[in-house]
Amino acid sequence: MGERRVISVIVLNEHGALTRITGLFAARGYNIESLTVAPIPGSSYSRLTIVTQGDSQVIEQIIKQLHKLIPVYKVIEHSELVEKEMVMAKIPLEERLADVEALCRAYNGNIVNIGKDTAIIMAADEPKRIRNFIEALKRFNPKEIVRSGVVAIER
Amino acid sequence: MAKMRGAQMVVEAMREEGVEVVFGYPGGAIMNVYDEIYKHRYFQHILTRHEQAAVHAADGYARATGKVGVAFVTSGPGFTNAVTGLATAYMDSIPLVVISGQVPLSMIGTDAFQEIDAVGISRPCTKHNYLVQSARELPRILAEAFYIARSGRPGPVHIDIPKDVTAEVAEFVYPKEVKLETYKPTIRGNVRQIKKAVEAIKSASRPIFYLGGGIIHSNSAHLVRELVDATQIPAVETLMARGTLPHDHPQLLGMVGMHGSYAANMAMSEADLLIALGPRFDDRVTGKLSEFAKYAKVIHIDIDPSSIGKLVPVNYPIVGDLKAVLQELLPLAKKEIDPDRYAKWREILKRYDELHPLQYKDSDEVLKPQWVIERVGQKLKGRARITTDVGQHQMWTAQFYPFTRPREFITSGGLGTMGFGFPAAIGVKRGVGDEVVVNFTGDGSILMNIQELITAVQYRLPVINIILNNSYLGMVRQWQTFFYDKRYAETDLSIQPDFVRVAEAFGGVGYRVKTKEEFDKALDDALSKGVVALIDVIVDRYENVLPMVPAGGTLYNMLLEYKD
Ligand SMILES: Cc1ncc(C[n+]2csc(CCOP(=O)(O)OP(=O)(O)O)c2C)c(N)n1
Ligand SMILES: [Mg+2]
Repeated sequence: MGERRVISVIVLNEHGALTRITGLFAARGYNIESLTVAPIPGSSYSRLTIVTQGDSQVIEQIIKQLHKLIPVYKVIEHSELVEKEMVMAKIPLEERLADVEALCRAYNGNIVNIGKDTAIIMAADEPKRIRNFIEALKRFNPKEIVRSGVVAIER
Repeated sequence: MAKMRGAQMVVEAMREEGVEVVFGYPGGAIMNVYDEIYKHRYFQHILTRHEQAAVHAADGYARATGKVGVAFVTSGPGFTNAVTGLATAYMDSIPLVVISGQVPLSMIGTDAFQEIDAVGISRPCTKHNYLVQSARELPRILAEAFYIARSGRPGPVHIDIPKDVTAEVAEFVYPKEVKLETYKPTIRGNVRQIKKAVEAIKSASRPIFYLGGGIIHSNSAHLVRELVDATQIPAVETLMARGTLPHDHPQLLGMVGMHGSYAANMAMSEADLLIALGPRFDDRVTGKLSEFAKYAKVIHIDIDPSSIGKLVPVNYPIVGDLKAVLQELLPLAKKEIDPDRYAKWREILKRYDELHPLQYKDSDEVLKPQWVIERVGQKLKGRARITTDVGQHQMWTAQFYPFTRPREFITSGGLGTMGFGFPAAIGVKRGVGDEVVVNFTGDGSILMNIQELITAVQYRLPVINIILNNSYLGMVRQWQTFFYDKRYAETDLSIQPDFVRVAEAFGGVGYRVKTKEEFDKALDDALSKGVVALIDVIVDRYENVLPMVPAGGTLYNMLLEYKD
């Protein structure tokens, strides 16, 4: 499988650009672990952050193939990255919310909404720590967990 | 600034681009464009009788002339028929602009009559594609399409235009120049890398030129010849590079790969340096990768960085237009490289060639396909363009026809599309004018686009089709003989049409020949008649293409003969 890599792609905001990228991964059998995309403020480009896996030869091919797509402006593969991921979850109100809140705090989060039967919580942290957070959250019987996927920026 | 309908913009763009011929087939969604063709007559339109043939004809035209080929088709089935043509051009990096009609924007996504997600289908088999959203975008998109098709590593570009966009009126200003922020092919190679490559050649003892299709696309065969002559380093050609060196060039060892010559394949296996000029290390060339050229360092020059190091590790990568790189490299090579250094290596390879030359056993009882090809070569060498379909006849043509120049040999390499040869030949003929065009085809392949006889008749494009008729899907039959214990599943084509009458029914000429004398007479007659011809040549049913490297085998383990 090879190691985990984060690739950022700067791509023109245009019809079908995202499909070209996901289509390329599918057609060439590359793996996508997570993918996030949003427009870059004040420009006509969007930034995608793709977490994938592969040995260095595969990663090199992925980068070259991405470059070959006409609307792709830049492909950034960096080892010096700051990565963040966000997660939201629903916790039943019967759980000990004070403990839940303390846990969230430890992961840059808090309780963001309290509804009829559940509280919605969030946390934003490094992907590895988010995995730990989700592990730790299990004892509060989360009803639903939503992850954002990774965003990253070079140091 | 002129205001006009989107449909007129399409034909005006053709004029701006200097397009002299469009191959196509009309239908509902593209009728507005056809209406403008009728009004303006800026270019010739050739109505093929199948959309696949329209795209192959545009492709043949592009391969023969080096210009961008253009085809127009309608939505739905018109487009899906064109897909094989797009894929064929994509695999061989051929510059095309293919325009399809689409249902009106307001109906997209409703499963309307003849609606299909055309850009969804063409995305993986084009260099780029567009679904046009408004007539305002059309001038830019049309200009970009031509630019993208012919620049960098060439390829087909598909434009899907909804019917209401062709009816919409907008300003038409055709861009003088295309500049894309996100697409800038590298032309000049890195000078330091080029110097290092020359050093590597200087210190190699068994170097070999591995010549690929990029040479043809970049119009650099004359530079390659100069380089080979100056260094006297032996060379092999891929299928797509045939004609780079003349067939009798002293350094040419022949074709490399699955049906390559013994000397060419041994040269790759024993070389200590591959000098790869625009090839793509296709599996039909390399065989088993772990054994491929395993003693060799690799110099790879290619305009597409993703081709370099994709399959084989490369020691000296040079990204750039081959022509520009060779212009830099040539003076250095001439100054620094001593051809005598490789004398011993040339001697070894010469002995390999003498040991197992490319050959076949001729016969008095039955025509051998290789004889027919050689015979055509004797008659037409240097003054004909040769196309093929796909199968044994294609490989024999690549092996035995005496090629003399680039763009002389036109064949579907990467996709291996049966049915390509005849429509491609029609496009070639349209592109080359008076030159003779011969399509070597098989009794299987010719039937995949036989309807184009009428196109050739209508537009007076007298292509000569030579059917090497073995009453088999011969290449598949050969694999069944070698690898499936002669279980000839569905490859027997003994039930045949009367090709002579088929040709005549369409208004062409037909011949059926079984002897050398009959063949000579038929070819001479066809050449003198100047109409489309089918020469049905009955050849040995069980002839095999040899040498052969079984799929996934190693290049140095060739089957050199087949014993029953
Ligand atoms: C469209 C298409 N379908 C199937 C094949 C697989 N195929 C490769 S060669 C071949 C046989 C071709 O027969 P023929 O045209 O008679 O040529 P021959 O090999 O007999 O010279 C077939 C079926 C193909 N290459 N293309
Ligand atoms: Mg056959």
